Amino acid sequence: MAVERSLLEVNNLETGFRFGDVYHNAVDGVSLTLENNEILAIVGESGCGKSTLATSIMGLHDPKNTKIEGEVIYKDLNLLDLNEKLYNRIRGNDIGMIFQDPLGSLNPLMTIYNQISESLEYHSDLNEEQRRARVLELLNQVGIPRPEQIMKNYPHELSGGMRQRVVIAIALANKPPVIIADEPTTALDVTIQAQILDLMVDIQDETGSGIILITHDLGVVAETADRVAVMYAGQIVEEAPVEELFANPKHPYTRSLLNSIPHELEDDDDELHVIHGTVPSLQKLPRQGCRFAPRIPWIPDEAHEENPVLHEISPNHKVRCTCWKHFHFEGEDE
Amino acid sequence: MAFLEVQDLKVHYPIRGGILNRIQDHVKAVDGVNLSIESGKTYGLVGESGSGKTTIGKTIIGLEKATAGRIIYEGDDVTNKARSRKKKFANYNKDIQMIFQDATSSMNPKKRIIDVMAEPMRNYFDYTPQEIKKRVADLLEIVGMNAEAMYKYPHEFSGGQRQRIGVARAVASDPKLIIADEPTSALDLSVQAQVLNFMRRIQKEYDLSYLFISHDLGVVQHMSDDIAIMHRGRFVEQGSKEQIYKNPQHIYTKRLLSAIPDMNPATRAAHKIERQRVEAEYDAQETSYYDPKGRVYDLQRYDDEHYVALKPEEPNASLQNENVGTGGGN
Repeated sequence: MAVERSLLEVNNLETGFRFGDVYHNAVDGVSLTLENNEILAIVGESGCGKSTLATSIMGLHDPKNTKIEGEVIYKDLNLLDLNEKLYNRIRGNDIGMIFQDPLGSLNPLMTIYNQISESLEYHSDLNEEQRRARVLELLNQVGIPRPEQIMKNYPHELSGGMRQRVVIAIALANKPPVIIADEPTTALDVTIQAQILDLMVDIQDETGSGIILITHDLGVVAETADRVAVMYAGQIVEEAPVEELFANPKHPYTRSLLNSIPHELEDDDDELHVIHGTVPSLQKLPRQGCRFAPRIPWIPDEAHEENPVLHEISPNHKVRCTCWKHFHFEGEDE
Repeated sequence: MAFLEVQDLKVHYPIRGGILNRIQDHVKAVDGVNLSIESGKTYGLVGESGSGKTTIGKTIIGLEKATAGRIIYEGDDVTNKARSRKKKFANYNKDIQMIFQDATSSMNPKKRIIDVMAEPMRNYFDYTPQEIKKRVADLLEIVGMNAEAMYKYPHEFSGGQRQRIGVARAVASDPKLIIADEPTSALDLSVQAQVLNFMRRIQKEYDLSYLFISHDLGVVQHMSDDIAIMHRGRFVEQGSKEQIYKNPQHIYTKRLLSAIPDMNPATRAAHKIERQRVEAEYDAQETSYYDPKGRVYDLQRYDDEHYVALKPEEPNASLQNENVGTGGGN
């Protein structure tokens, strides 16, 4: 039994939300692995289930209205089987989380020092002096100037970039092997975004943790990720190392997305690529066949698989369905 | 010929304090900005949050009051006259419209789309109900939506559709200038592409001008002819798209441009080194690009229509020497 396990393994995860008496899956059969020392980006547009995936791994859903099936394996433990008390030992200690909105994830009535040391108090047996030293160390690590003064401040006294650094410091406090970052830079200006992304890459280099980076921004992916999973309508449609994905995108959705990035115009009639139709709502999502098929109606039905699965088309590059082989943009020749 | 001129616009907000609640200082949200807008062109206004870019848009359309400076519309001084009901200013009100970032909150949730869109028509034209219906249907078609959509309520649409309705409504009064304040920031990539395409199509059809306010340098590059980069309430650089993107002169512009994520993972490392180099240069040279109070210098002509806010020339020092920051200093 010396099989090397991944740091975190998600197997066939399904998260359904209750509408009346029916559960509709927002995450529908997602499997992925996270290794030590890697940044795995999960990219997709709003409603694709990427944030639900993160909150499912962390066990943050209201059990009354959600149904989670599948496995999240961490250190031979299926996290989904844990009760709230055991889960609380994992959260913050083994898995750190960074949210999009730093103001919303900080307590406005607590000083920066108290917020960071709270997590240390809960998960470690450091004494007050040691905690103070650790908080200082963390604030230095995330690049906060004058940490002795800043730790006496309240969140509203800091700028958006500084607050996000504090949130990162909290996530790092107990040196968790796994960090989940949900749109960590979406609310920030580009120059601050660049600093925060650099910081995350540096921290990952130093600590060797695995980071799941959830984002809608392909630029952020290109700058930071080692591996990318593209999600559409609750499923992973393509997974590849980052260079491969940008150089050799295969799935029609990935190719369409990359094509709709605003760019410099070549001539006046040049237009951005628009994906046909809209993302179906959760209740109306077709559960059979290729979910992207309605958005590429000019591709014949025979091109799709009846029950699309992920195929490994080259080492580490997986694509769902067979339609990518026949895909061409509308109006272009095959 | 420019139909709208913004001259030395200033918008200052008082900071009150002390026991008597007296004005102690001012926040200079916009501090001396010039802009002239010609028809059929798109002007990009770029800056980070708090740079004052939205305030400029709001002041032009009359949602904020100008503290000083003038806004000239077709030869008339219309500064702070946007709310005026006088006949003289009617054209100014009609010809300048705005698209907001959040389409949801810019529509009355209790009104059907036909009423949302008819409002500017009722204000400025004498249409019969049939004519209004026809015009709303036409406008919806331009933004790629069905005529039946007019009988629905705003909440029945997706974010992208709502923003397209926002664009259609702004066009309803036949404006000359549309101020678009982060019109696609809340939208997904593929939906953003759709809205931007429609905005460009409408521009060609109606010979519209846009003042396109955004923090997203990629979107601005895609949309704009001319670009102004804003920082601390002032323009640091102004010029054509090519001049700004290919030949940036001000250190702040360089810093912004270098922070745009590189879409090619293969050159990631080189891009990071370059970005950090510019960042370090920015920190080191702040004093030579900003005056001792941290204020941006006045714009100077660099070449053609390319203006850069550089330190005023000292006697016997040429502009060229002034620019090459890396060589000098100790």
